[in-house]
Amino acid sequence: MEIFWYIVLMVMLTVYIILDGYDFGAGIVHLFFAKKDKDKKVITKSIGPFWDANEVWLIAAGGILFFAFPTLYAVAFSGFYLPLIMILWLLIFRAIGLELRGQIKNTIWEAIWDKAFGISSLLLALFFGVALGNVVRGVNLGMVSEGVAANEGHYFFLPLWNSTFSPQAEHLGVIDWFTLLLGVISVIILLIHGANWIIFKTNSSINEKLKKVVFRLNFVLLALVITSLSIWDRIEALPFHNFMDHPWLFIFPSIAIIGLLGLFKIKSFKKDGTGFIFSSLFLFGGLTTTVASIFPKVLPSTNDVVSSLTIYNSSTGEYGLSVGVYWFIIAIILVAIYMFVQYRVFSGKMDDNSYGEH
Amino acid sequence: MEDMIFYDRMQFAFTITFHYIFPQLTMGLSLMIVYFKWKFLRTKLVQYNDAAKFWMKIFALNFAMGVVTGIPMEFQFGTNWAKFSELTGGIIGQTLAMEGMFSFFLESSFLGLFLFGEKLLGQRLHFLTGLLVFLGSWASGFLIIATHSWMQHPVGYEILENGKYVLKNFGALFSNPWLIPSFLHNQMGSVITSSFVVAGVGAFYLLNNKHSQFGKLFVKTGVVFGLVSSILVAFPTGDWTAKNVAKYQPAAFAGMEGIFETEKGGAEIVLIGQPDMENKKLDNKIAVPNVLSFLTYQNWTQEVKGLNEFDESLHPTNVPGLYYAYHIMVGLGTIFIGLMVIATIQLFRKKLYKTKWILWTLLFMIPFPYIANTTGWYTAELGRQPWLVYDLLRTVDGVSPTVSSGNTLFTLLGFIGLYFMLGLLFLLLAGKIINKGPETEKTV
Repeated sequence: MEIFWYIVLMVMLTVYIILDGYDFGAGIVHLFFAKKDKDKKVITKSIGPFWDANEVWLIAAGGILFFAFPTLYAVAFSGFYLPLIMILWLLIFRAIGLELRGQIKNTIWEAIWDKAFGISSLLLALFFGVALGNVVRGVNLGMVSEGVAANEGHYFFLPLWNSTFSPQAEHLGVIDWFTLLLGVISVIILLIHGANWIIFKTNSSINEKLKKVVFRLNFVLLALVITSLSIWDRIEALPFHNFMDHPWLFIFPSIAIIGLLGLFKIKSFKKDGTGFIFSSLFLFGGLTTTVASIFPKVLPSTNDVVSSLTIYNSSTGEYGLSVGVYWFIIAIILVAIYMFVQYRVFSGKMDDNSYGEH
Repeated sequence: MEDMIFYDRMQFAFTITFHYIFPQLTMGLSLMIVYFKWKFLRTKLVQYNDAAKFWMKIFALNFAMGVVTGIPMEFQFGTNWAKFSELTGGIIGQTLAMEGMFSFFLESSFLGLFLFGEKLLGQRLHFLTGLLVFLGSWASGFLIIATHSWMQHPVGYEILENGKYVLKNFGALFSNPWLIPSFLHNQMGSVITSSFVVAGVGAFYLLNNKHSQFGKLFVKTGVVFGLVSSILVAFPTGDWTAKNVAKYQPAAFAGMEGIFETEKGGAEIVLIGQPDMENKKLDNKIAVPNVLSFLTYQNWTQEVKGLNEFDESLHPTNVPGLYYAYHIMVGLGTIFIGLMVIATIQLFRKKLYKTKWILWTLLFMIPFPYIANTTGWYTAELGRQPWLVYDLLRTVDGVSPTVSSGNTLFTLLGFIGLYFMLGLLFLLLAGKIINKGPETEKTV
């Protein structure tokens, strides 16, 4: 039962990153590459009817985490208190940037909300990468010092950074060079992903330029991924042991590699949506590979006193988990229908669509 | 420790109060928009469609505010109330996860279609998307109140050896006697808010001599919806809810009614008075004898337990706050019924649109349903204190153990600053939309 909910949670988070990822990415493209007012409008229009529903995947995944793995939810959310609240603030800024820009026709008003949307998209992409880095690296669960846990249970608290910015320090911070590296990877892949979405859904004048950007950034991405893999063993002693024990898991990194290599052919794709599929594959493969490498841990402990949080020691009772399966299956079928309708109605290039500003 | 709980409680109270300004309007307003859209399909009168489109703009703005201020609510259970989340997450997480899966997806997917898709979908399907948005928002209210009801009156759980609460009976979450009365009471409160907003904006247009046709439609619709909902909010739903409190949380009931001492031969209903906690009595009291016994038990002489019957540790933490919250809600509710009855009479005499004082009153009443709804929630929440889960888990035992008061104060200040800005922007933009008024479309 725990494994079922673990898979549900990871799939939902991956779907969230793929969906909200493209509108974060669109925000970053909007910030750095959209100079003309017309392109800015087209970019926001391309995510207009979708971004709100995309964000629901985060809320729904949070709900599933809360109910299926309450200990993980409680320990992680209170331990990462400050960065999480800051993510909330950024989500608010980003959403109001999108929603309020069109409400008043004034260049200063528009400039303010364009920047709010773009900058918060950029920072959110960075923060989500940093968050993933923290989960992989693990934290000092129970705040152990000299072999004694200062807190009951698994509770900990992490400051934003410590003076050394090292992932191997005794007193960790949220931001260190390792988590920051994953943050940068996250920004680059979401930028690529967002650019692919814009190429797919719009006729904007920067589409050709974006293809070149994706092509070049893909080299940077490849280099960063190789770098992070080569230093991964400094974070986790045996990073690939799950893959050695269960070779079928290699399907996940393979998907990521297909996505990454496929993107090098961006300039010769016949259909505009192909790039988006490849960047989605990379995101899917990359995230699943990362979580599979620490399975069944969901928040590793960096000390020997307090054990890591796993899906087994952080879940709720068996009855609750079983009964949830019934409503979840009904709900997920409904969600699939909604998404089908939504993407069907707004299919094709968004600037060809006749839907207007509200 | 004291500081820590204080800031955690303030942060939750502040963020939830601000958040609930928006959903209380959108839940009621979605019903009224569906009504306008339905009237348009039935009568083919374009004015109804224009009205629906105008209120959709207000709805969209409110909805966006509701979403952005709602996300922090779900996160705060974990960030600020980690022990509570860890201990009860298997139960309250169940209904909260269902809210995400069943209502947020429904609302957000179809809101986009509803706002942007009129031309793509055609009128009938457009009506359907509106109906689905309405269903999603009410389902959301239902599941939130199911969660709330479990905290007020926990059912269907068992306690494990490690102290965690786990679910034993899923059905009990929804057959909880607390749920249906609270849900209906809350939804009627939300329809009151939207009725007063619609009527108030209509009155604004009539008094301004602008968009008079819409002014009349809004005033009429708002008054009719307002009359029905302000009666239903008191009877039977409010009555039913209060009886639940008397039955399951007698100490909270004594606190909200301001009963310090049990009185033989029936309890009086307090209309006005200030709780004096030092001397355990009400100052400047105006009360009607025996009425409370009758309203609660349909028996003029039945005893109602006073606070003196309960150990101090079971008293609501903030009796004066609870008492005022409840009395403000009830007092405003009474005024709403009175105003709506008078307005309806004038409507039937075909004089409403000319009766200036009623129009002015409707305009100035816009903030008050918000106050009544908020104080209603305060009544429920303050009444439950000192418990997080009634009779099971105390508030002091639910807070995050590792988040220091300095960090909580930091984020509380951040939320206050951010929401102050959001509030100003909201007023600016809502004012702009209302001042511009509905647009008339000649052809559809």
